[in-house]
Amino acid sequence: MDLRDIQSIRAVIARGKRWDVIFSLLGLLALMTGVLTFVALFADMTIQGAPRLSLDFFTNFPSRRAGEAGILSAWVGTTLVMLTTAMAAVPLGVAAGVYLEEYAPKNWVTDVIEINVTNLAGVPSIVYGLLALGLFVYQFGLGQSILSAGLTLALLILPIVIVATRESIRAIPQVIREGAYALGATPWQTVRDHILPYSSAGILTGVIIGMARAIGETAPIITIGALTFIAFLPPAPYQETLPFFNFDWLMAPFTVMPIQMFNWTSRPEAAFQANAAAAGFVLVLMTLAMNGLAIFLRYRLRRNIKW
Amino acid sequence: METTANAEQLVAKAQAQNLSFYYSDYQALKSINMTVHEKKVTALIGPSGCGKSTLLRCFNRMHDLYPGNRYEGGIRLHPDNTDLLSPDVDPIEVRMRISMVFQKPNPFPKSIYENVAYGLRVRGVNKRVILDEKVEEALRDAALWDEVKERLDDLASNLSGGQQQRLCIARALATEPEMILFDEPTSALDPIATANIEELISELKEKVTILIVTHNMQQAARVSDFTAYMYLGELVEFGATDQIFIKPQKKETEDYITGRFG
Repeated sequence: MDLRDIQSIRAVIARGKRWDVIFSLLGLLALMTGVLTFVALFADMTIQGAPRLSLDFFTNFPSRRAGEAGILSAWVGTTLVMLTTAMAAVPLGVAAGVYLEEYAPKNWVTDVIEINVTNLAGVPSIVYGLLALGLFVYQFGLGQSILSAGLTLALLILPIVIVATRESIRAIPQVIREGAYALGATPWQTVRDHILPYSSAGILTGVIIGMARAIGETAPIITIGALTFIAFLPPAPYQETLPFFNFDWLMAPFTVMPIQMFNWTSRPEAAFQANAAAAGFVLVLMTLAMNGLAIFLRYRLRRNIKW
Repeated sequence: METTANAEQLVAKAQAQNLSFYYSDYQALKSINMTVHEKKVTALIGPSGCGKSTLLRCFNRMHDLYPGNRYEGGIRLHPDNTDLLSPDVDPIEVRMRISMVFQKPNPFPKSIYENVAYGLRVRGVNKRVILDEKVEEALRDAALWDEVKERLDDLASNLSGGQQQRLCIARALATEPEMILFDEPTSALDPIATANIEELISELKEKVTILIVTHNMQQAARVSDFTAYMYLGELVEFGATDQIFIKPQKKETEDYITGRFG
């Protein structure tokens, strides 16, 4: 073959490019499998649940009559559990991540811990449920409360928060760290003034992605004994007298969105299926909203950070 | 290898004494003896990997940030004759006395003002009046004040590369260090910015002792009073810059200076 023959060069290029076309079509197909499945499911749920979506649906307690049943206790429960989860998982996860990156000596002990943390992210959520049932509900006597559920989900997303914290800390160039140390900063001053502010976008994103996962968790919440039917709200967090707020709600029984859905889907009446679809629609929207918030915060917080 | 070429009074600011340094098992510096004179510019030159940056980073104990590093011998800082490398001396104390400017400008992703003020904040200075005054003084000394005085609250990353490096110099100056270490400060800059930094370094020696690593021999010739030529972790020759460049004592130094090697 004449390596300088322009015709044969073109033929070789054309043959090579054919594979580009084939692969890009296959790739597009693979991508669409996931995207279209989700879109179809979401559309189906929306169509089925749309007639039930009204303000009443959000302000009514569940009921024996499908037409009057709502998700009030479920969305309030989910919100409070998520709040508790965040309050527990963020300080623990961020502190652990900062310690591992900035303080811990690099030796085999920290290597083992590191592998363990990564593995924790793969532990099935039902296992966390069993752990929490034994530990939080019975051992610590926290009962089947919002606090138990929040702590359980916090454990579940702790590895996600730790890994996100470490990765965003690692993205900070070493010269920035050295710049702070060279001015005589202590490790804590470096962490407080530089490491945490510059990694906060990544950490927040990790936290929210973790929460978006936790919000749909059903198994561990059922395991610790969340109610499937509840027609009252936890006590209000505010009061008339000093100090004007209280944490009684932490110990209250509760239910959450996915359990409410699960409850409705297990009913034979078609009307409840519509309720389940409507609740599913709300739950997916909550998750999407959290992911949207993550993207927004990442954009806002990173705007000023350039290396 | 002390030089006696200069007639004026020379005062030792820092002295490396039998200084060796190990990255785990690898010996990067081999028994270095060298004097850095007060309010003079001392340049470290040599081919890549000769240990000049490693030596520089001994002076502010930067190596302590990483595990497995080990010093032997000492660096005496005068007038108090403190051994900077002694385990009893806190590396943070050393870094408060000796500041550093890095190879690539590394301003914090904060405002211009906060970048300069950071070293003072670390030292517990938070009064606005004092900070304002020190920040202005440092920026003036770094020849950056006129360019940034209208926009101190702008992000440092909006400055050009040369301005960023002068900002880093201002940051290092603000805490009134006894000595400043420059680690190839112009290697990421264009020729004009480089010339500005070199001019600045020549002016700064009125106030502060300077130790500078450079891969650029002409730069060493232009800015320094003393030059040390290093090769494979050893100090080959040390002396007044004129003497090193015009009449080096050693064949290796001459080969490097004349470009036959390295």
